[in-house]
Amino acid sequence: MPTAMEIYKLLPKKNCGECKFPTCLAFAMQLANQKVALEACPYVSPEAKVALEESGAPPIKLVTFGVGELAAKMGDETQLFRHDKTFYNPTILGLIADDAEGIDGMKAKVDEAHAMSFERVGQMLRVDSVAVRHSSGSPEDFVAAVKVAADKELPVTIMCEDPALASKAVDACADKKPMLYRATESNFDAMVALAKGKSLPLVVSAPSLDELAQAADKAKKAGVSDIVLEPSIQTSADMLVNMTAIRRAAVKNKFRPLGFPTIAVLDGTAADHMKAALGVMKYSSAVLMDSMPREMVYPLLAMRQNIFTDPQVPIQVKAGMYKVGEPTDKSPVMFTTNFSLTYFTVRADIEKSKVPAWLLVVDTEGQSVMTAFAAGKLTPESVAKAIEDFKVKEMSSRNEIILPGMVSRMSGKLGELTGMKITVGPRESSGLPKLMKSLSG
Amino acid sequence: MGFELPKEKFGGRIKEVAIGATKDQGGTRSARLVAGGSNGLPFLKFESEMPHMPLVAMDVVDTVRMVPDRLQESMGAVVNDPVEWAKKCESEWGADMCVLKLQSANPEEENRPAEELEGLVDKMLKGVALPMAVYGCGFEEKDAKVIEKVSNVAKGERLFLGLAEEKAFKSIAAASMANGHGVVAFSNLDINLAKQMNILLLDFGMKPENIMMDPLMAPLGMGLEYSYSNIERLRLGALSGDPVLQMPMICDCSCAWNVPEALEDNPERGNAEMRGVYWEAMTAFSAAVAGADVVIMRHPKSIVMFREAVNALAGGA
Repeated sequence: MPTAMEIYKLLPKKNCGECKFPTCLAFAMQLANQKVALEACPYVSPEAKVALEESGAPPIKLVTFGVGELAAKMGDETQLFRHDKTFYNPTILGLIADDAEGIDGMKAKVDEAHAMSFERVGQMLRVDSVAVRHSSGSPEDFVAAVKVAADKELPVTIMCEDPALASKAVDACADKKPMLYRATESNFDAMVALAKGKSLPLVVSAPSLDELAQAADKAKKAGVSDIVLEPSIQTSADMLVNMTAIRRAAVKNKFRPLGFPTIAVLDGTAADHMKAALGVMKYSSAVLMDSMPREMVYPLLAMRQNIFTDPQVPIQVKAGMYKVGEPTDKSPVMFTTNFSLTYFTVRADIEKSKVPAWLLVVDTEGQSVMTAFAAGKLTPESVAKAIEDFKVKEMSSRNEIILPGMVSRMSGKLGELTGMKITVGPRESSGLPKLMKSLSG
Repeated sequence: MGFELPKEKFGGRIKEVAIGATKDQGGTRSARLVAGGSNGLPFLKFESEMPHMPLVAMDVVDTVRMVPDRLQESMGAVVNDPVEWAKKCESEWGADMCVLKLQSANPEEENRPAEELEGLVDKMLKGVALPMAVYGCGFEEKDAKVIEKVSNVAKGERLFLGLAEEKAFKSIAAASMANGHGVVAFSNLDINLAKQMNILLLDFGMKPENIMMDPLMAPLGMGLEYSYSNIERLRLGALSGDPVLQMPMICDCSCAWNVPEALEDNPERGNAEMRGVYWEAMTAFSAAVAGADVVIMRHPKSIVMFREAVNALAGGA
């Protein structure tokens, strides 16, 4: 955002008060804080308006493709490092159906992409899009497959460098807002015209960043507003350097021609799987791949979830009574907090003991045991309430609960409130297997 | 006018730390490895130097109690014998170095006496020529005895001894200083704690070139984001010129094998063994992309995947 003084210079300086602020400077300050809209000023010149909108725009444009709830959002990032604030829009993953695979092969790929969704820590993680690519197959099959894909839920990328055929594919699904891949030096004007005519996002591709910036600028000036950049990613080294350079140019230098989301198109080798992971960490807004074995996709989605977690908002698990193994009413019960990291660590340590148990997760707004205890979010009262709410005494007849060793101080009060026997557990959950074995033995 | 790559120049540089001593240097190791040395963000060679690739240390645990079943299946019978395990790391699996974890010293489990472990380390040094780190079991009193003996029996080999922690570092630091070994300084996922740990060791009399930092690697799916950002911040802190943060980082990515969802049989999530392999490879890859100088890994296939990925990133074949 520009500063109040930068905005003030562009205002009419009439101090007319019609914007409801006494002076233009006061209005500029409100604008800088995004408290009012520029439209409140009746006298602002069109040039100033363009300049202000331009300078107020985010460093990387938000570009979406697809429609409805599953529409894919890319860009709108403001940081080089997630610890400085957060990364906003998780890398869009797409599976490529190539017409060399024939119509049935392409249909199978479309179904495969739709089937790849997983629930993890209360979030749905999925492959977010389908790309249909024309290579050596028949143009009819290609268009038919685009139609099949567009009739389903996931957003579609049309991968075809022949503008005439791409246009036919677009006609099969124009209302679904597909992404067009791609404008190169050889088809530039026709692809730009197609994207502009149908208001579609367009991938612009060039071998060097210099040419890429020029091409993106040219596409923008020709009237394409949603641009996605494809830099060279021939090697991983190219990919890291180019993606980093684009992000820096956009975010640090406010270099508008590169202020767009990025895409990386990969093959299906193990090396490409690691490149996809690189894309998630280092600034690829979208990654399209030829093949996505599930044993690779699941960890990749977990990585994306990790990297795009807001550092200020910890991932939480739902409070409640969790089974570890197949516990009975004689199995031990213990509690911990709903900070996902704490929960997973405790759970893994219980599993190591191979003794089935009940794990009561108390809502601490995602804080770990010590932090929650210090902040008054893990108290004898809140634990007693969770014991009540989640019917711990109905599920276990032991009338005993194990508390984390770090909060042994609350054992007296907790015993009083619940009438249960309180066993102080280890300070670190790594000590749980030993305790569990002694309890069951 | 052409577009110029926006470059970042930093004033600081990661210290170079040597691991292992060859015959010429008073030891019997096959190589002297160097970790660190970079003066920029990882793999961005257009603006900075990266004289050494991230090293791959394979961990060897001296009790199968700590080795998940899935790994035992993958790695075979050698997991029952630490020396055989380490030999395999050296001859077949392409490790740069080994980290021997003396978990059987644990007084609440096997409680093997320090003398026996001294014997094991001696046998290890005679059977395997890789540079080595040796970690205790995490119980301070026991580790003090064990690490002292290890330090003596490995005199001249320039091991890295671990883990030095804020509340338990003096015995390990003393053992390393007595015989020219290095120390791995552990801190719990926090840049300030990492700095504090280094200050404690320096104040105790250790030289910075004898310290590597273990800032706690959380695996993929179990807090990777904390470690990733912590490593990035440590690296940026070091590059900005803070000498107390310029020690190389060693990140233990074998933690990936503690993640239940990486190991469980669940066909929805694909082949279980390969899922574990990806889990570890991606954990280690993220550590290297963020700024790790040494990664500790377990599965031979993960290591192949990791090496290919970092070599490609460094612009190699």
